[in-house]
Amino acid sequence: MAEVSLHNISKSFGDQVALAAVDMTVPDGSFVVLLGPTGAGKTTTLRLISGLDKPDSGQILINGQDVANQTPAQRNVAMVFQQYSLYPHLSVRQNLAFPLKSPILRTPEDEIIRKVAEVAEVLQISHKLDNKATELSGGEMQRVSIGRALVRNPQIYLMDEPLSSLDAKLRSDLRVELKRIQASLGATMLYVTHDQIEAMTMATHVGVLDHGRLVQFGPPREIYEAPVSIYAASRLGSPKINILPANLFPGAPQGAAQIGLRPEHIRIGDGQEAQVLRVEHLGDQTRLHLRFGAVDLITLTDAHTELAKGDTLKIAPQSALYFDANGDRI
Amino acid sequence: MSGYSVTEPSKRQKWFAGLLVITYALVTLMPLLWIIATGFKSPEDAISYPPKVLFEPSLEGYVNLFTTRTRITEGMKEGLQPPANWYEQIVRDSGTVIAGPSRYGQRFLNSVIIGFGSTFLAIFFGTLAAYAFSRFKVPLKDDLLFFILSTRMMPPIAVAIPMFLMFRQLGLNDTHLGMILLYTAVNLSLSVWLLKGFIDEIPLEYEEAALIDGYTRFQAFYKVVLPQAATGIASTAIFCLIFAWNEYAFAVLLTSGSAQTAPPFIPTIIGVGGQDWPAVAAGATIFLIPVMIFTILLRKHLLRGITFGAVRK
Repeated sequence: MAEVSLHNISKSFGDQVALAAVDMTVPDGSFVVLLGPTGAGKTTTLRLISGLDKPDSGQILINGQDVANQTPAQRNVAMVFQQYSLYPHLSVRQNLAFPLKSPILRTPEDEIIRKVAEVAEVLQISHKLDNKATELSGGEMQRVSIGRALVRNPQIYLMDEPLSSLDAKLRSDLRVELKRIQASLGATMLYVTHDQIEAMTMATHVGVLDHGRLVQFGPPREIYEAPVSIYAASRLGSPKINILPANLFPGAPQGAAQIGLRPEHIRIGDGQEAQVLRVEHLGDQTRLHLRFGAVDLITLTDAHTELAKGDTLKIAPQSALYFDANGDRI
Repeated sequence: MSGYSVTEPSKRQKWFAGLLVITYALVTLMPLLWIIATGFKSPEDAISYPPKVLFEPSLEGYVNLFTTRTRITEGMKEGLQPPANWYEQIVRDSGTVIAGPSRYGQRFLNSVIIGFGSTFLAIFFGTLAAYAFSRFKVPLKDDLLFFILSTRMMPPIAVAIPMFLMFRQLGLNDTHLGMILLYTAVNLSLSVWLLKGFIDEIPLEYEEAALIDGYTRFQAFYKVVLPQAATGIASTAIFCLIFAWNEYAFAVLLTSGSAQTAPPFIPTIIGVGGQDWPAVAAGATIFLIPVMIFTILLRKHLLRGITFGAVRK
């Protein structure tokens, strides 16, 4: 397992800037989740580390060693692609064995059999081992794709939205399983996702990318509780953080243009009046859509609330985040 | 009636489609059937008018194809030993004796060597070039591709005279190597373009996955791209073989003896003792067989669909 450092990495595709002077260190054994919307540079980061693409400038170190001149094979990284590209001419078993049979690993046959069976068990695809790769459902393909990374013992795992096309049950199973594998191997993992639960539960560190720049890097709780900007604050949290004009509530600090209120950071019972627009019962919690003056916002309340559409209630901010006119936090 | 129904076609539609296919097959296969039938006719039946559809089959055409014969008089016939086997009997019946084997077998072998040799080379170089054009940043790529295609824009025979002079200078006249090189060169434009299309269809992700899985670029090409290009390679090979196999003009011009292929040889059979149409037809029939076998062997690949579904788009 290894530490990965990016120093001043930039990469453009034509006029499109994918990464701009990114500095990031992925500590040995950490689970780093990259967040950001499409085009923020997440996949590019993985491709540069894997060696599939070369940076325009900057340095990538794996375990302190500059890998600029190493091929993907020499870097010994495993990658799960967003397109779970299984080899269509091979069976599931052959797909899983493919990395083990590479000229770099040359794993003995009995070892291959053992590892493939082990990984197939974990990913619940043992019964499909002899199917052709093209005869699988989307979720099964994605599991095989993850399996192809897990059979190896690479320096780093790179995963590009590996759980995105799985159903909810399997996704939560695999989330736990992946985290367990990562922790037990002490593996270094770089993981791209849009899913906030994945980010919050699996990550030891979260990196927030905005148009190719790394705007914040730290533990998930820190990103959640102390985001550096509205952009970073909006990456985590479901329902999304409410961004409102700062002067709606008293007590805004000097220079504050906007106030950010996470749904759970709205205290119900005192303060100013708001009207209930909609009530969403989710079972374990209830979401309230409120009309407050001229703005709409979302808050949470207990599961068995009696509130209904049209009711009024009093709300006040609690541990609010304030941002200046540029969207940076004050 | 909906012409674009995705449901199972009705019985009547199937029946109609079947009739259409059979009609088309009969029309296109008729000349072929006629040639095959003529091969088994006697020389008299072959030129009889009106043409005979039903006839007494004879192997005379095939015997004549593989032998050279000398005409004998009735008087000489009596002095000869009785025919030793069935084909001597056939020859004797038509008033001739076997003088020796014909050169058909050797010409046929030339066709096999030159046809398959040039097909192999055209596919080998074509696949490598197509892969490079498909995947790498080749300087002047579009110009090069156009140039490669432009060699096909005139009939190859338009350059016959320069080609002839070139071959004479290089000592390639009437050699297997010369003909293999020539057909490879002509076929390469076709194979590069066809194969580039097939390789373009193979998503890059597979190779990238293989690179990450610990393989080199060439191993990724060999283990991942080639198996998926099999369909394209098979169909391209068939086109190349058919061209090289049937080519007539260059073969007439550039070969005369040891490297002569079957197409220029078959018409010369006609000169041996009158118009021997059954022997010509027999030569054409045998000539058809290798391409037929090759196509049937590769049919599986031609019919198999391209790789669907394993990459999420």
